[in-house]
Amino acid sequence: MSISKEDVEKVAKLARLQFSGEEVETFTSQMTDILKYIEQLNELDTEGVEPTAHVLPIQNVLREDKVTNGKPSKTIFVNAPKEEEHQFKVPQVIE
Amino acid sequence: MKYEPVIGLEVHVQLDTKTKLFCGCSTAFGARANSQICPVCIGLPGVLPVLNKEAVNLSIKTGLSLECTIAPFSKFDRKNYFYPDLPKAYQVSQFDLPVNLNGKLEIQVDGKSKVIGITRAHLEEDAGKLNHDETGTGDSGVDYNRGGIPLLEIVSEPDMRSPEEAYAYLKALKAILEYIAVSDCNMEQGSLRCDANISLRPEGQEKFGTRAEIKNLNSFRNVQKAIYYEMDRQAKMLDAGERVVQETRLYDAVSGKTRSMRSKEEANDYRYFPEPDLVPLVIDSAWSDSIKATLPELPQAKKARFVKEFELPEYDAGVLTTEIPLANYFEECVKEGAKPKVVSNWVLSELLRKLNDNNESIETCKIKPKMICEMLNLIDKGTISGKIAKTVFKEMFESGGSPEKIVQEKGLVQIADTGEIDQIIEQVLSDNTKSVEDFRGGKKNAFGFLVGQVMKASRGKANPQMVNQILGEKLK
Repeated sequence: MSISKEDVEKVAKLARLQFSGEEVETFTSQMTDILKYIEQLNELDTEGVEPTAHVLPIQNVLREDKVTNGKPSKTIFVNAPKEEEHQFKVPQVIE
Repeated sequence: MKYEPVIGLEVHVQLDTKTKLFCGCSTAFGARANSQICPVCIGLPGVLPVLNKEAVNLSIKTGLSLECTIAPFSKFDRKNYFYPDLPKAYQVSQFDLPVNLNGKLEIQVDGKSKVIGITRAHLEEDAGKLNHDETGTGDSGVDYNRGGIPLLEIVSEPDMRSPEEAYAYLKALKAILEYIAVSDCNMEQGSLRCDANISLRPEGQEKFGTRAEIKNLNSFRNVQKAIYYEMDRQAKMLDAGERVVQETRLYDAVSGKTRSMRSKEEANDYRYFPEPDLVPLVIDSAWSDSIKATLPELPQAKKARFVKEFELPEYDAGVLTTEIPLANYFEECVKEGAKPKVVSNWVLSELLRKLNDNNESIETCKIKPKMICEMLNLIDKGTISGKIAKTVFKEMFESGGSPEKIVQEKGLVQIADTGEIDQIIEQVLSDNTKSVEDFRGGKKNAFGFLVGQVMKASRGKANPQMVNQILGEKLK
């Protein structure tokens, strides 16, 4: 399977990334190489094997429904570009 | 051309847990912005989410009530998209292996039953809340208190064929959710949210048309209205030879219209992948059986029992079983000795109207089941007439006083004394000689007028049967 320039542009858009034409070229060939490498797995016969949901052989890690968190620390806003009246401020979202 | 609508509904229910789905933050409504958040639910690096057992219990409970298959093995996935209400830039949800599958829900429209399929009901976390600034600074505020609260998304099959069926489905679903107490179902606080998928197809055609998804439906009536609007919009497009675009549309309750929500169009590529921070969920039959044992009698079963046990009409049983407190109230009255159909009439007409007019609930109502029974006894004994009973009822509703006391204090005892009634009738006859002549001359409806005059003169207290009888004899 090979990756097209359009595939790279679509993934970039979904990830909100912007690339120059040169970068798109580079990534197109790099991603194709990566997929080719991964494709080796297709040589394995996985007939009748359930897809792996998780790599750890553990299930049902659960907690009781008890409030354990108190008030969040002030530092929660430290990395926020803007804060006002306890709210994170972001550029207006209009629907 | 004649079109048939094909409707499917997605209902998001906030599960009534104390804490969020993956962390120990409180879910209490109305707290100060961002006071119920932690590194887990705002997605700081290096944190580890842990699943809330109660949220799973409530999901199983809902699944069982909707006759779903409880998946023995389910898992969580990441649904990726960028939006400021989503701090991690992905929502933890269940994609290919949800906890509940293949259920059904019976609805009634115009006296006919129909079974609506439930495709799935899966667990996911809620997003934060965006508050738009009205002062025009160009900013939006984000409050993550709601982010991470457990939601169960209940997805129906596209089985509904009219806005009325969609409405009936939502009512029936809400009744079940309230019966099993998995959510407070408060639409104003957003504990119950609904999206509708709707497409049209020419009548008789098998293949579905292209659908639009309608969001922002904040009441069941609005769901109905939005579907009507969409049917009209899509029919006009199809008639004009245009193609309906598959898209998300927003309903505007003020204008009653839907409009395209462009921001969602381009990015409908969520790139789901298994959530590596959460291990699979395995529910064995012992677990689901233990939940099954806690299920109460569900609305349909209760309704059927009311019809059978109390010989009530379907309609009465249906209304009485919409909410558990009302059904309990009715059963309490019957236990106190009231005749089921008689008490049902009072509850369905007088009581529900009064509660509605005064915006009160059955739980806080001052008229207790025992009082209704006492009042009905007074009617049976002939102490008060059915008409006077309405006055007594009104008084009980307002003051909470016992019916006997009200009847005595207000002097509402029915006049059942022949002599007294005789006297009133004589007076009425001499005041209304014209009507008496009319009656004797063959105008039979003059009789009703005279009865009315007698009742009026006795201020409603004369025993109506006795008035009829004595007046009849006098006019012979």
